[in-house]
Amino acid sequence: MSTATLTSGLVTVGPDTEAAPETRDGVTVAKQEAPMAAATVSRAAAAEAAEPSASFGERCSAFLRVVLPPLLGFAFIIGLWAMVAMKSTDFPGPAKTLDAAITLFSDPFYQNGPNDQGIGWNILSSLKRVAVGFGVAALVGIPMGFIIGRFAFMNSMLEPIISILRPVSPLAWLPIGLMVFKAADPASTWTIFICSIWPMILNTAQGVQRVPQDYLNVARVLNLSEFKIITKILFPSVLPYMLTGIRLSIGTAWLVIVAAEMLTGGVGIGFWVWDEWNNLKVEHIIIAIFVIGIVGLVLEQFLLLIARRFSYGNN
Amino acid sequence: MNAIVKVENVGMTFDTKKGRFVALQNVNLQIRQGEVVSLIGHSGCGKSTLLNLIAGLTLPTSGAMICNGREIAGPGPERAVVFQNHSLLPWLTCFENVHLAVERVFGAKEGKDKLKARTNAALEMVHMSHAAQKMPHEISGGMKQRIGIARAFAMEPKILLMDEPFGALDALTRASLQDELIGVMEKTGATVVMVTHDVDEAVLLSDRVVMMTNGPAATIGEILEVKLAKPRDRLQLAHDPHFAECRAAILEFLYQKQMKKAA
Repeated sequence: MSTATLTSGLVTVGPDTEAAPETRDGVTVAKQEAPMAAATVSRAAAAEAAEPSASFGERCSAFLRVVLPPLLGFAFIIGLWAMVAMKSTDFPGPAKTLDAAITLFSDPFYQNGPNDQGIGWNILSSLKRVAVGFGVAALVGIPMGFIIGRFAFMNSMLEPIISILRPVSPLAWLPIGLMVFKAADPASTWTIFICSIWPMILNTAQGVQRVPQDYLNVARVLNLSEFKIITKILFPSVLPYMLTGIRLSIGTAWLVIVAAEMLTGGVGIGFWVWDEWNNLKVEHIIIAIFVIGIVGLVLEQFLLLIARRFSYGNN
Repeated sequence: MNAIVKVENVGMTFDTKKGRFVALQNVNLQIRQGEVVSLIGHSGCGKSTLLNLIAGLTLPTSGAMICNGREIAGPGPERAVVFQNHSLLPWLTCFENVHLAVERVFGAKEGKDKLKARTNAALEMVHMSHAAQKMPHEISGGMKQRIGIARAFAMEPKILLMDEPFGALDALTRASLQDELIGVMEKTGATVVMVTHDVDEAVLLSDRVVMMTNGPAATIGEILEVKLAKPRDRLQLAHDPHFAECRAAILEFLYQKQMKKAA
């Protein structure tokens, strides 16, 4: 049962158990469940609102039920923040931060030399690193997942290696990247590659192992060619698992890029945070925290959207 | 005798964690061209195992299985299978599901138009033309099973194997699918082996009912010939004395001779 041990105690989760990955990691829980819940409620509310018999009052209360709790949440956190800021001398309050944000976003794409660029450039270069590292990880990880899932021998061979390497913080690989590439930029991309590849390999492998026996029996009875088996049966049934892997990878990649860029410098949102700390512009750090959160959320939702497209309605 | 499938002294042993489990022992059966045979027995008696052996999905540990004069070494399109849970591929439309099978069997010899025509004809035969472009999750369980049957018949198999084809359906849907199947079998003269746990279904559809003893080491207990004229009509049969006799014989076998020990 080596396959089971490889795929059990980790982040991999099939498309049919969508709720499970959230329980694993406290950080991602809050980030993704709230908007999802809000989305379902708002859909329900929209359906209610479309009903002609619903009175104005009912519609108002339905709307409030959707909008009020998140608004209260934000109001609470901003209030708390304002209070803390009032007590402290160097912690900027919401008003000061908003002011700084308006200035910052009024010109997001300026360029004053390599160490002073607009926030837009910083976000884009971080996203570019994530895209490259993640893309290469997909190119390597997905085929590897197929091989591990399909051949028990490869699974037993690679399982111990993956089990040892997976828990290592990707930042530990950064010096290796620096040594090999002799430059900061590919080194942080390399870190992203390392952190993205594990969920992709493991989820794909699990998807391949979990292709329903019925579908494989159909393939055997029809005596389909290997090519048809891959295109008509394996790939479509593994796809949802693969997308889960991709979603988990991109979430981790976005977490890691900030830390990696803090260490390597250059242009990027992580470096920018560190740079603004050196400039003692704390309000910019707070803005960066919001920006990182929102970009992460958008990435996650985008991939959820794709995943839903390929769920075939058989849940 | 013109036997299309011969099962000779077949035994099937599974290696489980608790040791060896003998599922089937000394099974001998011959299936003639154009015949409809039901396998009936209590659950766990190995009737699905026997069907899987004929399908070639599993290979016997002893004895010989011969189909059309050749040893069964694996599954093949000349032995089409209708699975209990329909097993349609959820990412293909109903048309594409059937077409996949048609293409595999006839793709080498026939043009695209002919393949399409075959697919449409198969859907038409089970009265599912209207759902050709639907995805499997958009249609009911009974409709899915119709598509599953269409897929199997479209391959023009030498023998059609059905593993509790209507087991997952409600009684009314099951009856209408049985009638459908009677019609299709009449039209095609197909050879069919069907696993069932429904006594009425066995008598209604079959020429012979193979009754299996309880496992482990299950084997064929009795074989009942159903001498009712075809095509059969379920309403008329309700008052037919031979139908009642057959029914009684099977019930007696299942509930007296092979009484299942309290589970």
